[in-house]
Amino acid sequence: MKPSSPNQPDFSFRHADTLSKAVGAERYSTDFTPPGCLWAGAKRAGVPHARITAVHVGEALAVDGVKTVLTGADVPGSNLQGIVHKDQPVLAVDTVRHAGDAVALVLAESREALAEALSRIRLEYEPLPGVFEPELALAAEAPLVHPGREGGNLLARGLVDKGDARAAMRGCDVVVEGEFETPMQEHVFLEPPNGTARLTATNGLETVVSTQAPFRDRFEIAHALGLDPMRIRVRAPYLGGGFGGKDGATVQCLLALAALHAGGRWVKMVWSREETFLAGYKRHAARVRIRLGASSSGALQALDSVMYFDSGPYAHLGVEIMALGLEHAGGPYMIPHTRAEGFCVYTNNPVGGAFRGFGVVQASFALERSLDALAARLGMDPAELRLMNALRTGEANCAGVAMESPTGVRECLEAVMAHPVWAGRHTWKEAAPPFKRRGVGIAASCNAMGYGRGLPDAAAAKLELTRTGTFRIFNSVADMGQGNAAAFVQLAASALNQDSSLFEVVQPDTRLCPPAGSSSASRTTYTFGNALLRACEAMREKLKARAALALLVDEPSRLRLAPGVVADEATGRSIPLALLGNMLQRDDRICVDQYVMPVVENPPDTGKAFRLGFPHRFFSHGACVCALEADELTGQVELVECVTAVECGRVLSARGVEQQVHGAAAQGAGLVLMENLAHQDGRILAGDLSTYLIPTSRDLPDLEWLAVDGDEPTGPHGVKGMGEVGIHGPAPAVAQALEDAVGLSINRIPVDPMDVLRALRSNKA
Amino acid sequence: MSGKIVPTFTLAFTLNGGPVRVETSPGRRVLDLLREDLGLTAAKEGCGSGECGACAILVDGAAKLSCLMLAVQLEGREVVTAEGLGTAENPHPIQAAFVENGAVQCGYCTPGMTIATAEFLAHTPDPDRGQVREAISGNLCRCTGYVKIVDAVLAAAKAAPGESS
Repeated sequence: MKPSSPNQPDFSFRHADTLSKAVGAERYSTDFTPPGCLWAGAKRAGVPHARITAVHVGEALAVDGVKTVLTGADVPGSNLQGIVHKDQPVLAVDTVRHAGDAVALVLAESREALAEALSRIRLEYEPLPGVFEPELALAAEAPLVHPGREGGNLLARGLVDKGDARAAMRGCDVVVEGEFETPMQEHVFLEPPNGTARLTATNGLETVVSTQAPFRDRFEIAHALGLDPMRIRVRAPYLGGGFGGKDGATVQCLLALAALHAGGRWVKMVWSREETFLAGYKRHAARVRIRLGASSSGALQALDSVMYFDSGPYAHLGVEIMALGLEHAGGPYMIPHTRAEGFCVYTNNPVGGAFRGFGVVQASFALERSLDALAARLGMDPAELRLMNALRTGEANCAGVAMESPTGVRECLEAVMAHPVWAGRHTWKEAAPPFKRRGVGIAASCNAMGYGRGLPDAAAAKLELTRTGTFRIFNSVADMGQGNAAAFVQLAASALNQDSSLFEVVQPDTRLCPPAGSSSASRTTYTFGNALLRACEAMREKLKARAALALLVDEPSRLRLAPGVVADEATGRSIPLALLGNMLQRDDRICVDQYVMPVVENPPDTGKAFRLGFPHRFFSHGACVCALEADELTGQVELVECVTAVECGRVLSARGVEQQVHGAAAQGAGLVLMENLAHQDGRILAGDLSTYLIPTSRDLPDLEWLAVDGDEPTGPHGVKGMGEVGIHGPAPAVAQALEDAVGLSINRIPVDPMDVLRALRSNKA
Repeated sequence: MSGKIVPTFTLAFTLNGGPVRVETSPGRRVLDLLREDLGLTAAKEGCGSGECGACAILVDGAAKLSCLMLAVQLEGREVVTAEGLGTAENPHPIQAAFVENGAVQCGYCTPGMTIATAEFLAHTPDPDRGQVREAISGNLCRCTGYVKIVDAVLAAAKAAPGESS
């Protein structure tokens, strides 16, 4: 996509960070191994629920090279981690609540000594009965994950209630109902959680961590360990992937605790892949029951749904994830009466947490499958049913929030429906080779941007003119691979009318950068980008005013920024930026400004029991068509085509949007086709990459993206966030395609080839 | 408990075109030797068990997983890491193709991908998309969905026919 005006950023450049990554020069957190550093590692519980009766560390301490072994009693402070709800111990005391709980922490001179010592720690337990299923966990006699807690295993209940869904349901011509399950999903960022930390000479704590939320990390570490957050410095180099799994404490508190015992030496902690499976956060498994009612014409009338989210033993962002699921219960559709009730429940399963799609994946699959059932009952085309109910600008979504921002769901649906994969599906299906069945499915989606009401979705941006006349952007929002750092360079270069080669980016560092929220919630480019544009505006005015001094111009407003200079077109004179940089003192070379995402004004009272993050004002939209082939002999399902259209405001960087859509669709395809985090009684059975399979290059087709241009007036150059919306399409579209191909109606994922075979046999019978 | 006595030896091999002599233990993982002892961090650890390909290096021209190799296996061999393919100032055509084609997102898999590509293009200079997909199927990427990576490999094949080794 070519820039249409000089003021529109040119994104067709070679991203500086992608080049340094490609040649292996970029330093990720895991690439810092300070010479002579100590190594830290956690002893994990290994059992899902038990009382700790003894932790024997003597043999571990005796291993040559072991510096110390710490247990829960050694943790100063609250010993509690958690982003909103503080309930997760750094090191377990008395009780372990899931198999990945850390029970002891070892510091050693080498990785070999560390591994040896960890293997020599002996844990004695008194087993406790566990709860592994959310609805059973709510039963009166269920074992308690946190005994004595008010509310028992119910972490939180939520309700979104608009109109009178139950009364309206009785008046519907057609009602379908169903129960749907989506599984835990592992992020499988390729860089495992890791970091380094040390105490400084002035008793501060310095850390380098692979994290999505460096500013929040300071407070989480401080709260857990009883430290002063302002004496904690967190640096976040480029991440080797995150997807939500590095939002919240992974290594941070353990590492900081280790540093407190390392006498000023650097300590490094790297989770193995197996430890990441065991202890890392997962997409919440969820069960959704839905009743969906419509008139005989297909107009949706009422939705009544109940969602159960399996939080594992700790809250993480489970309550907020459930809330977003409830807010998306009605998807991108106009449904006059909606009721969505949610239960977020403690169990002894692995810990649920943030993951691209944040509760919406779970809600979306259930709703889209229900629309398929409705279309079948009405004898309607599933695409037409979605199109006729697509939410228009100005209409209220299921939370009762009128969409003032353009809703592009109709345009997305029309774009994928016009694509040959959908338009030509009948011919393609008839041409199926022997022993193959073909099917095509369609789905639509939406995904909110930002934190929602109740907490500021804010960022501050700092921009410096260096003494040599180049610019330095202090990026406060971690770049986990979504390319925001490069996008910021382009926004700033465009705003200041300079070549992008004049810009360097300082990655998040709580000592150097002003604060910003996390790299999450499809908010990064929107919120920090707006803050940065404001800082650029201040820089432009400042440079003109200072240049006016040197050029003896009494009207600074007539000066213009041109590449490398501030120019006075009236006289043809100009002053180089290098000269200005040299002329100004440091404080004067820096501009800082901030932005807070606007929220829904006068929010409706549809949301009950939400403290944070409800409702949202901005949404991106999408539609997806998937075509598949099912093998009659093996039941294997091959995704042959996957076409996704996304509306996310203006498309500034076609490549940037396409990359996010491809990545999201691939993760969605993995979720529906193959990713099976099998677990039993709290223990993960597929705990490494040889058993938990994610898509390889042979498992995916050439994913396609269709641009649907929109405009979000409040966005930087009209953009909305879109890192998540593309993940929602493949699961429901594949499910519909499977029904189309072999008549199998699935209500849980991933697809099981045995079910496909059974469906084929019953077809023939 | 007494510490184990770890024997060391002098390992000599060729690394990115130059001779290297380093005192190490025969059982040291090649990945750790490169990253921690020799400071070459392009090869990454993603799984430590040979599933992800992020640690790939060329050993006598063949792509190998350095997390599954021990130092002693490098004696006398010719090793190339992604650093040895090219630099930011003078990138290898494969590395340039990855950047130009948008094949780099978080970038953690990229050095391993480019190593796998270098081996592949050396013996398959004019591949089709299917062959490329097969060739990189041992290297996991969680960011891209692979489309741009396949594009990049094909572009690299066009840019430098027969010169990719």
